[in-house]
Amino acid sequence: MSLLEIKDLSVRFQTNDAEVRAVNNVNLSIEAGQTLGVVGESGSGKSQLSFAIMGLLARNGQASGSVMFDGQEVLNAKPKVLNSIRAAKMAMIFQDPMTSLNPYMRVADQMAEVLTLHKGINKREAVAQAVQMLDAVKIPDAKGRVRLYPHEFSGGMRQRVMIAMALLCKPKLLIADEPTTALDVTVQAQIMQLLKELQRDFGMAMILITHDLGVVAGSCERVAVMYGGRIRETGPVRPIFAAPTHPYTQGLLDAIPRVDQQDEELHAIPGQPPNMSRPPSGCAFSPRCPYVREGCDTIDPPLEGFAPEQARACHAPVAEIIARQTRLQPDADQPAAHLGDGPTQAIPRGAVAGAGAAGTPSTVEGQQ
Amino acid sequence: MTPLLDVRDLRVTFQIRREGDLPWAKPRPLHAVAGVDFTLQPGETLGVVGESGCGKSTLARALIGLVPATGEAEWIDGKDLLAMSPRQMMKYRSDIQMVFQDPLASLNPRMTVGQIIAEPLTTHRPELGRSEVKDRVKAMMEKVGLLPNQINRYPHEFSGGQCQRIGIARALIVEPKLIICDEPVSALDVSIQAQVINLLIKLQKELGLALVFIAHDLSVVKHISDRVMVLYLGKVMEVASSTELYGNPQHPYTQALLSAVPVPDPTIETSKTIVPLAGDLPSPMSPPSGCVFRTRCPRAQARCASEVPEPEGSDHKIACHFPGPLTEAEIAHARRNEAA
Repeated sequence: MSLLEIKDLSVRFQTNDAEVRAVNNVNLSIEAGQTLGVVGESGSGKSQLSFAIMGLLARNGQASGSVMFDGQEVLNAKPKVLNSIRAAKMAMIFQDPMTSLNPYMRVADQMAEVLTLHKGINKREAVAQAVQMLDAVKIPDAKGRVRLYPHEFSGGMRQRVMIAMALLCKPKLLIADEPTTALDVTVQAQIMQLLKELQRDFGMAMILITHDLGVVAGSCERVAVMYGGRIRETGPVRPIFAAPTHPYTQGLLDAIPRVDQQDEELHAIPGQPPNMSRPPSGCAFSPRCPYVREGCDTIDPPLEGFAPEQARACHAPVAEIIARQTRLQPDADQPAAHLGDGPTQAIPRGAVAGAGAAGTPSTVEGQQ
Repeated sequence: MTPLLDVRDLRVTFQIRREGDLPWAKPRPLHAVAGVDFTLQPGETLGVVGESGCGKSTLARALIGLVPATGEAEWIDGKDLLAMSPRQMMKYRSDIQMVFQDPLASLNPRMTVGQIIAEPLTTHRPELGRSEVKDRVKAMMEKVGLLPNQINRYPHEFSGGQCQRIGIARALIVEPKLIICDEPVSALDVSIQAQVINLLIKLQKELGLALVFIAHDLSVVKHISDRVMVLYLGKVMEVASSTELYGNPQHPYTQALLSAVPVPDPTIETSKTIVPLAGDLPSPMSPPSGCVFRTRCPRAQARCASEVPEPEGSDHKIACHFPGPLTEAEIAHARRNEAA
């Protein structure tokens, strides 16, 4: 049995204008210890999906379907049930650490609160555990800094505090909603590395919600690409990045400039993302799709499996999309040999060091 | 060739009163930009990258006179932009325009698109008649990919990408020679970002514009820039052509920065080595002595603390006493330091 099993999840919002269908019939499952990336642009429904799982939807939001976590139905569950699961077994970290931490409380107090509530241990013991956890997320001088207020930390350190707080009860599932979007690249790299290590040490599963395909490539095993509230393509990371089979995934990968390649021209996706209070009929991507054909504007294609563990929702055949791939991908099995020139150059071409080590355990993970 | 803009020793200093200071205490100086030199050729794109707090936005604001700055910024006709009075500067403002980060916030919500785009034109070319202005606005709207019949709409009726097109149209309407883009695409979605970048490149080629392109996204800067300048704590670390800087970075900071950029390729991404930077960015109120990067540099030595490295080299300038690619041993050492 999977750790998290989402069946037919839909989220609707009643607004004064119209009903907004933010998430439509999403099916997903996550095994214990696995990392799933959920990718999409703003308005694709990726954040609302996670809020629905956590029972954090806004008051005008209505979720339907089923979310089984660890054999228990959590969608629309009673607050009492949710409170026994949230933080204890399932935790979440948010994009903006400044607005998600309580500015009036010392870090020690906010962290101890979690433990006294869920584990019923006394304050002193709780603070000691909080310090341990701050140490685990590599905050220097954790013992002294636990007495500080959130505004006294830098952005990266604040995000570490939030991660430490989420992990206090050793949850089985961590939902990270754009955890590094507000951070600089060097800090982003540190935080992602930290999350990877903690995930390995605690054996927890993670849902990483992001718009950054690079982050997904580095830390996820599986990915689900969302557009217009639906999953358009899902499967293991490598085949999807090497040969995307959905026009939207392909479009996204072609639209981003890369530091390690010389791109001639960016292939922008024409048009605008859909307005989900008035979604286009049929496939929501059809007005922007280069492969559009008869039926696309009337029938929304269902998500169908076509290869082991891979599924896509598109009327156009796989072969046609792969044939038109504009960006040449290095063969997934081959070390990216053309990227590195010699062993002495630690940071060769485009800062992709140690590319020859592909396939062997990564040097990044090899530390400590 | 005479450069369009020749900036020498540009400095921006803010006087900051620290929290807890007594009311009569002297405010302390914060050097947001601490002596930056660069040249910009007509039609060239200069990318400026660095982490938040490195002074890249302040640099942009200083060039256009939005914050007071010292130093020299010599325009192509030999005049110093920084020494001008506001009245003298007025003449040059039509040559230098700016595109801002937040597309919606930079447009007046109570003006129609037509009024917004026409405003610089009526300010700088008061002699133009009404119908002439309207024709030019419509032509410009078409050029940036807006429909001319949207001229009477308000900014809130447009999406983020379209608002940025309006911002670009407003900057271009007075036919400037230089556009300063401060994070023009960072608020936009990936698919829209590519549209705006392509538009900027196309317009630049057509109109022979020079661009100063400021962004924290190193991949975007690489794509659009001819030359790239890396800033750290208000100082230039490295300047080189885009291909040279990304292909052969010499400054340890540039190497660390580039190694941290995620690449959308799982094979590369899971096997690459990231150069860790120890600690946090030092406070710009009390920058380290000597080389400002030395506190986080994997290669720092005694000389780095005493001597300030000057940017050296002709085409590829590096401000470092010990430039060159980091070795495996140095990276391993940096990693041990980080863990400790």
